[in-house]
Amino acid sequence: MKFGKMTLTAAIALTAVMAASQAMADDVIIGDIDDLSGPYADVIGKGGIEAINMAIADFGGSVLGKKISVMTTDHQNKPDIGASKFAEWADQNHVNMILGGSNTGVSIAMSKKALEKKVPFIAIGAAGASLTNQDCNAYTIHYAYDTTSLANGTATAMVKGGAKTWFYLTADYAFGTQLQEAASKVVEANGGKNVGSVRAPLGTSDFSSFLVQAQGSGAQVLGLANAGADTQNSIKAANEFGIGKTMKVVALLGFISDVNALGLKTAQGLTLTTSWYWDANDETRKFSKRFADKVGHPPGENQTAYYSATLAYLNAVKAAGTTDSDKVMAELHKEKINDVYAKGGYIRADGVMIHDMYVVQVKTPAESKAPWDYYKVISTMKGEEAFGPVTGLCKLAPKS
Amino acid sequence: MTTIFGYPLIVILSQLMLGLVNGSFYAMLSLGVAVIFGLMGVVNFAHGAFYMLGAFGALLGLQWFGIGYWPSLILSPLIVGTIGIVLERLLLRHLYKLDPLYGLLVTFGLALVAEGSLQNYFGSSGQSYPVPSILTGTWNLGFMILPIYRAWVILASVVVSFTTWYVIERTRLGATLRAATQNAPLLQAFGINVPRMVVLTFGGGVALAALAGVLAAPVIQVSPLMGQSLVIVVFAVVVIGGMGSILGSVLGGLGLGVIEGFTKVLYPEASNIVVFVIMAIVLVVRPAGLFGKE
Repeated sequence: MKFGKMTLTAAIALTAVMAASQAMADDVIIGDIDDLSGPYADVIGKGGIEAINMAIADFGGSVLGKKISVMTTDHQNKPDIGASKFAEWADQNHVNMILGGSNTGVSIAMSKKALEKKVPFIAIGAAGASLTNQDCNAYTIHYAYDTTSLANGTATAMVKGGAKTWFYLTADYAFGTQLQEAASKVVEANGGKNVGSVRAPLGTSDFSSFLVQAQGSGAQVLGLANAGADTQNSIKAANEFGIGKTMKVVALLGFISDVNALGLKTAQGLTLTTSWYWDANDETRKFSKRFADKVGHPPGENQTAYYSATLAYLNAVKAAGTTDSDKVMAELHKEKINDVYAKGGYIRADGVMIHDMYVVQVKTPAESKAPWDYYKVISTMKGEEAFGPVTGLCKLAPKS
Repeated sequence: MTTIFGYPLIVILSQLMLGLVNGSFYAMLSLGVAVIFGLMGVVNFAHGAFYMLGAFGALLGLQWFGIGYWPSLILSPLIVGTIGIVLERLLLRHLYKLDPLYGLLVTFGLALVAEGSLQNYFGSSGQSYPVPSILTGTWNLGFMILPIYRAWVILASVVVSFTTWYVIERTRLGATLRAATQNAPLLQAFGINVPRMVVLTFGGGVALAALAGVLAAPVIQVSPLMGQSLVIVVFAVVVIGGMGSILGSVLGGLGLGVIEGFTKVLYPEASNIVVFVIMAIVLVVRPAGLFGKE
């Protein structure tokens, strides 16, 4: 039984939680609970903290005469850690708003705490649309993108381009299944057909078995309903097994950090949907230059969304003249969001932040002229088109 | 079409092949763990980190010094093995007289330090390592498309596993090594430098992990966390094979790779736990593992 004892010790060591930075109680405190060390750490991570700090600096460093400070911690992709940190910060540190990153499962758990503690929670990077449907509440806002908008972007573009039959490689948790479901609906609505799927556990390192199954399905499209390292390793293996010769590989959620990690030689031609691209216009390039000077590379879409959400919150506090959660939430729902991330964005009654989305294709090595010059924008979707109508599943937003 | 249990034969054959590729990695990694545990009694939880360092050795060798795949196959294990030797001299050797738990905690801590430092520098996304040009392309085996590189992995793993087994079980050096674990003072009385043998064993085991890392680099993304999930599976393989048994770790690795491969078809959701289910059953039926000695 020695081994059992050892494994237990190792498990306890693994769950050790990083200490949070301390903030003063009379400050306006913004909390960030994100994956800082795991597979999604490059999606937001340290760059996200930098983005919050940039937003605070751009806002002037204080609001209503109070200093703005930041607390950060790592949720390690564990819903229990995310939820308990959320509760602890709400009760003991009197945190005013929490930004939460990257993992749908953790974000759902934190959003339940937001309702219980009445602390505004802005989910960014998590894709599961249930956050603003069956899991919605009055204190949760879903920024950046959700499974609906990702599917509306990529799946519509592909099916209209003639790729009618789909097979899915799906991450086996809330996010993956929601993304597959959303894409399947879009495929069918546009006259396509879903021929099958396989669910791979999160963090699988070798996807070849699943890819061979996909190849055997005879579908035209392989839809990857996964994220981060899983997407990278599936694309890499798909390349190796020559899947691209018989099927179109589509990343339903792909990040610029994935493209950078894979390299253009492997990632070229990939179609994906993004909420923001650093090289879109002069304003985004200027912001990216500032960010890159601190972090070393241009920001990803979610990092810029962190910047935007921080500013939106601070503007709402200023307009409301208080940090009272209900008044600030009301103000957030009234606000128009115009910044480097979004133009004319707004937060709908169910909590979805509505803004334009972009369907992009990854450039070939020959097309790319500079480091991080990765995307060409194929089409722009209006916010209402991308995020779709109110579903009525959220009680806060009855179907009109 | 021929079917077995309702699945076409070609599906069974292709999954068998892919399972063998993954099993090859399990076998090579378990081998190192088994050698280190069998001969030193150290539960090396840093094995996944050494595997990752091996892959990074190849990646950085290519990026910084233009060293190609083939030299890396030798150089990277040598460098990482040397790191292992330094760690053994500085830290591990003080722990041999204590409960194996201390060795486990030190190696576990070292793994976290290595992974954390590299992640701080390189991020968590990882980077791509190209397949060496001579091994690019695929073979059409009739029942499946097999990338040539994967076939090479199986071949390399068989050669490495057999060589390790031969050295330890069939040569004079191996006999001395095994004697050192049985009765070190007596062996020392014969004039053999036991501490040196131990340190070389650890270096050798670590080098095996690094070699597996270099072999894996073209197949999966080279990232600081690549060894983290693997090390747990590898320990399960070693437990199933019998702690310290070389034959057990090789056969266990290959067998579990194949079983995991089939699970990916029959019930994909369970593919990451099937190894542990088998481990639990083996521990109940044969606590010393399939090839272990009581």
